[in-house]
Amino acid sequence: MSMKAEEYQERRLDVAGWPVNLASYRLGAEWHCKADNVSPGAGLCRTAGATRQEAEEKAIHRAEELLSRTKRHAV
Amino acid sequence: MSAYAHPETLVSTDWVANHANDPKVRVVEVDVDTKAYDEGHVPGAIAWAWNTQLCDTVRRDILSKAQFEELMSASGVTPDTTLVIYGDNNNWFAAWALWQAKIYGHGDVRLMNGGRKKWLSEGREFSTQAPNITRAQYRAKDPDHSLRAFLHEVQEASARRLAALVDVRSPQEFTGEILAPPGLPETCQRGGHIPGARSIPWGKACNDDGTFKTADELLALYGGEGIDGSRPVIAYCRIGERSSHTWFVLKYLLGLDNITNYDGSWTEWGNLVGANVEKGATASAARG
Repeated sequence: MSMKAEEYQERRLDVAGWPVNLASYRLGAEWHCKADNVSPGAGLCRTAGATRQEAEEKAIHRAEELLSRTKRHAV
Repeated sequence: MSAYAHPETLVSTDWVANHANDPKVRVVEVDVDTKAYDEGHVPGAIAWAWNTQLCDTVRRDILSKAQFEELMSASGVTPDTTLVIYGDNNNWFAAWALWQAKIYGHGDVRLMNGGRKKWLSEGREFSTQAPNITRAQYRAKDPDHSLRAFLHEVQEASARRLAALVDVRSPQEFTGEILAPPGLPETCQRGGHIPGARSIPWGKACNDDGTFKTADELLALYGGEGIDGSRPVIAYCRIGERSSHTWFVLKYLLGLDNITNYDGSWTEWGNLVGANVEKGATASAARG
């Protein structure tokens, strides 16, 4: 099956005290979202949903689970 | 305005769109998230999984020559094939794959500038079908170890300041505040950086759309940190993929001759017994 990504959009927000970049777009009837941690830009999760909002909410939830485990060490 | 030293190692998304079905070209997607390909990919592209197909899963090592030959053969790649690699995270693991292809002497291997992100954001065609591949017979060259830094070389370079060590991780990883990128598992015992290293995060080489900055911008960025080709350079990160990206920039976009990728990176150094580390920011890290 062939399709095009439509309505590609990125936005930044704070999740569990860390900056997160959400990239979301529609492929066919399904919305997709990828979350990364901005610095260094590592991917955190990839989600899908029936709407952009649903895909983003799933990504934020998963990102929060992962980021809340990150420890800051004194230097 | 300066030009890239080796512009033939970089292709645009337009070029890929026009050559994806060229029988002399094999397009390969290499992602951090190995599920991304199944969501949709450049039509005609195949996928390599970095964690199973681009490393020796028993030894902690890159592919052996025989493993590389098998991957290329199974991918329908011959030594004459133009290999075009792209992926997510601005081509982190695409650069890792390119680095190994160069180690084994593949003649024509290129990155798609901007990677998967640019292809997506431009609304280009995606396919969910994997192409049918006819197996080829591939014979690799002996590994070119001049592209790779091993632990003993890094130890000597650090102790005697023989090379410029470039830490391409985030400033917080460099200082030791965090032991891994936020949200990822910690894979080392200690934070900090290799003594003498400079912090030049990989992402400084990229524009917001994922493409590489211009040659002039890259010259200013790295030259401003003393990375100008006057001495050997060793790039490292956590496991060697981000530093492959910087290695590509320095070797092929800026044309530095003596640049190696230390793929042992912080996962090796940060777990070594009896090895010094430095913590905290330096002047260069503070600007990151």
